[in-house]
Amino acid sequence: MTASFPLPSSESPRPLLEARGLVRRFGGLTAVGGVDISISEGELVSVIGPNGAGKTTAFNLISGLDRPDEGSIRFGDVDITGKAPEAVHAAGLSRTFQHGRVFANLSVADNVLVGAHRRLKAVKPAWPIIGPLAELALALIRPPSVKAEEAALREEVREILAIFGERLLPRIDQPAYSLSYANRRRVEIARALASRPKLLLLDEPTAGMNQTETAEMLEIIADLKARGQTILLIEHKLDMVMRLSDRVVVLDDGKKIAEGAPLTVRNDPAVIEAYLGHGGVGAAADPASPAPDQPVRLSA
Amino acid sequence: MTSWFDHTINGLIIGNIYGLLAVGLALIFGVSRLINFAHGSVYVVGAYVGWVAVSVLQTPFPLTLVVVVALTAALGIAIERFGIRPLADAPRIAPLLATIGLSFVLDQTVQILFSPDPRSVPMQVPNWRIEIGGGSIGVLDLLIGGIGITAASALFAFLKLTKWGWAVRATALDRDAARAMGVDVDRVNMIVFAIASALGGVGGVLVGMYYNVITPTMGFEATLKGIVAEVVGGVGNVPGAIVGSLLLGLVESYGVALLGTSYRNLFAFVLLIAILVLRPNGLFASRRQLPPEPMTGTFVAPSKPVRVPVPLIAAAAALAIALPVLIENGYLIQTLTNAWLYALLGLSLTLVAGTSGQVSLGHAALLAIGGYTSALLASNLGWPVWLTLLIGGFAAAGIGTLLVSPAFRLRGHYVSIATLGIGEIVALVILNWESVTRGPIGVAGIPPLSLFGYDLYDTNAIYWFAFTLMAGLALLQVRLLGSHLGRTLRAVRDDDVAARSFGIGLNRYKGLAFAFGGFFAGISGAFTAHMYSFINHETFNTQISVLALTIAILGGMGNVGGAILGSLALIGLPEIFRVAAEYRILLYGIALLLLVRFRPQGLLGTV
Repeated sequence: MTASFPLPSSESPRPLLEARGLVRRFGGLTAVGGVDISISEGELVSVIGPNGAGKTTAFNLISGLDRPDEGSIRFGDVDITGKAPEAVHAAGLSRTFQHGRVFANLSVADNVLVGAHRRLKAVKPAWPIIGPLAELALALIRPPSVKAEEAALREEVREILAIFGERLLPRIDQPAYSLSYANRRRVEIARALASRPKLLLLDEPTAGMNQTETAEMLEIIADLKARGQTILLIEHKLDMVMRLSDRVVVLDDGKKIAEGAPLTVRNDPAVIEAYLGHGGVGAAADPASPAPDQPVRLSA
Repeated sequence: MTSWFDHTINGLIIGNIYGLLAVGLALIFGVSRLINFAHGSVYVVGAYVGWVAVSVLQTPFPLTLVVVVALTAALGIAIERFGIRPLADAPRIAPLLATIGLSFVLDQTVQILFSPDPRSVPMQVPNWRIEIGGGSIGVLDLLIGGIGITAASALFAFLKLTKWGWAVRATALDRDAARAMGVDVDRVNMIVFAIASALGGVGGVLVGMYYNVITPTMGFEATLKGIVAEVVGGVGNVPGAIVGSLLLGLVESYGVALLGTSYRNLFAFVLLIAILVLRPNGLFASRRQLPPEPMTGTFVAPSKPVRVPVPLIAAAAALAIALPVLIENGYLIQTLTNAWLYALLGLSLTLVAGTSGQVSLGHAALLAIGGYTSALLASNLGWPVWLTLLIGGFAAAGIGTLLVSPAFRLRGHYVSIATLGIGEIVALVILNWESVTRGPIGVAGIPPLSLFGYDLYDTNAIYWFAFTLMAGLALLQVRLLGSHLGRTLRAVRDDDVAARSFGIGLNRYKGLAFAFGGFFAGISGAFTAHMYSFINHETFNTQISVLALTIAILGGMGNVGGAILGSLALIGLPEIFRVAAEYRILLYGIALLLLVRFRPQGLLGTV
């Protein structure tokens, strides 16, 4: 596990994830303009900011879905800058998606099992060149080791789904497209957990959930954190962020405008301005609506 | 040096005609995000309308053009209204499949009305040639060039200066936003289909006059060339399509000059694959540009697959085995043998297109690889047929996967285009590699099927052999789908981005799907070769690729039992009712159209 890497001489341990100077431009628009994000093992760090601040773009850069124009990302001992998502995942990072990307035609159980794909060992020997053919042969022949591995994973899937109480277990064999929006988000989290990630990236896990469901999700995340899961969270519901986070990073307009303990950040004038609207002419809260003298808006 | 001038002129003229096609394809793609496989069929209709006008009605050239423009525009409107618009909410690949069905229907209708024989379109312009330097330009060359330039300028003016032109461009940029701003998007689509079809129809007449020959089957190649030109220029990019067309015309013309006519299409398709692999957004897109709308959305309609009870399957299998004993009807048994072989092909494609979401339009190439490998090994080296069958399967799996591997990074429509192009390349290589494949003559006198040293001539024995192979491999596929690979492949199909984020390498799993499916198709092709004792480059053509897809859709994408049932329905029924060959293709086209529209989940449901 991660504890094996050599610690630097300073007293603070080297962070698990360290992204430095991330830049991503889309044509003329700089979605992320030089952002540093780091997270240590066991920490829960939240990334907040108004819509269009660059949160999801930053997540995409870290998880390998998009490549940064500048900057570097290190995960554990591995440089994952610009690496493919499968390589980033292999390093130990799993994510959920803002708008929910479950495998619609797969059952709940299969969705979660796909999450455990990286952990398949018996059926997926790491042999060079003939590995894929061996995988095909083992999948068809199914020796006892493969059967045992599959059975153990299926048992584990039930345990993971049990985290969500009775929300998913009764629907374990239903296809994901038949689930409610909130349940699909839960399946996504279950899928990510099945990979046993060193770092879990959650992109707005409570989007589209009502108050009860949000409170339930807060409990679940708090529980994961208590078990030592390192989590990087994007969230709009500030209340939740304040209660869960060890540290909060605030983005606005592609730049980090504040970072620190939840309470410190909450009272930071720059943060309040970003959330309540800019006073100055020419500065816009949201790059998509550049009207300089629009009324004060509350986005959180 | 004389010829180079002529080849350049020839390349530009052909490029001009491709341009008339490609511009239409680009316009349609712009507003509908659809690659219109029926476009070449409209061009055929244009050519035949022109032929009727000139030869029967004796119209003068300008009037001929007006008639062609009016009728093909009307056809375009009809295609949009009845073929495409009802599929607005279906997955992206659905309208594409519908246009394939439409192209079958249109091509076959023309063939039934006008017979498959080539016809010549009388040239309506004087055959003067102007000598320039070492070469010459004819009046027709100038006319085609002139029409091309006029059409391009008129289109440019329409798009830039008229209200409807703005509406077209707005719709192409953002359909929903255009609709929200009050643009009648349906009408825009209709206008675009009318313009595109009229341009295609004019292209058909001109090509008829230029080559002095038209056939009902020339549409498919025209569609392909238009698509190649469009991909070269960047899909949906109208000026790009013009440049791509001229480039394609020149590449072909010079290629023919260097190597001969039979290489013409090979150049086009190699260019296609090179562009798809190296610059999938076309020559003029910047490398870091985000790809246009990711054209995912596989053709897998959410449905609960029908659970066929095991005793029923067992009973059906027992009946299938007992049938030759129960009924003395050699014709029926032969037909069913054929159905089992097509079922193997259907199983192969339902895994690749249904389970894995890679809608392959070149699947017949796998049959050809398997068929040729087995036939040549058995004829030339005298290897036992049971062994060459097996090698044929492995060859199709290996070579097929290797050939398709550059396309693994592509998604949605691009996969279909790439596999279509690769399939054409395989057919052209078989045609041109005479020292091995015996070229257009084909391989005759292929040794018969044999098992344990006994040659199988008996119809019933061949039937049992085919059925056992098919049933055994079907069970193997069921076992595959029940393993972790089943869910992994379906995950790749449903959302390749999420799949990659969970460590599923697309190359590895798409490769496994093509290899597994390729083996089935290779066996089927090899079996067919030995059963008929003759194959050539046309035995396994694109119509078979589309038929395979129709079988897979009819049964339910990804559904093993469905592929077998689909094959029985599409191969068995027309044969039993003795439908004439030309109506059969028409039937397949109509079946595909109706399925896509009314029962996308197929008979037994998608898995």
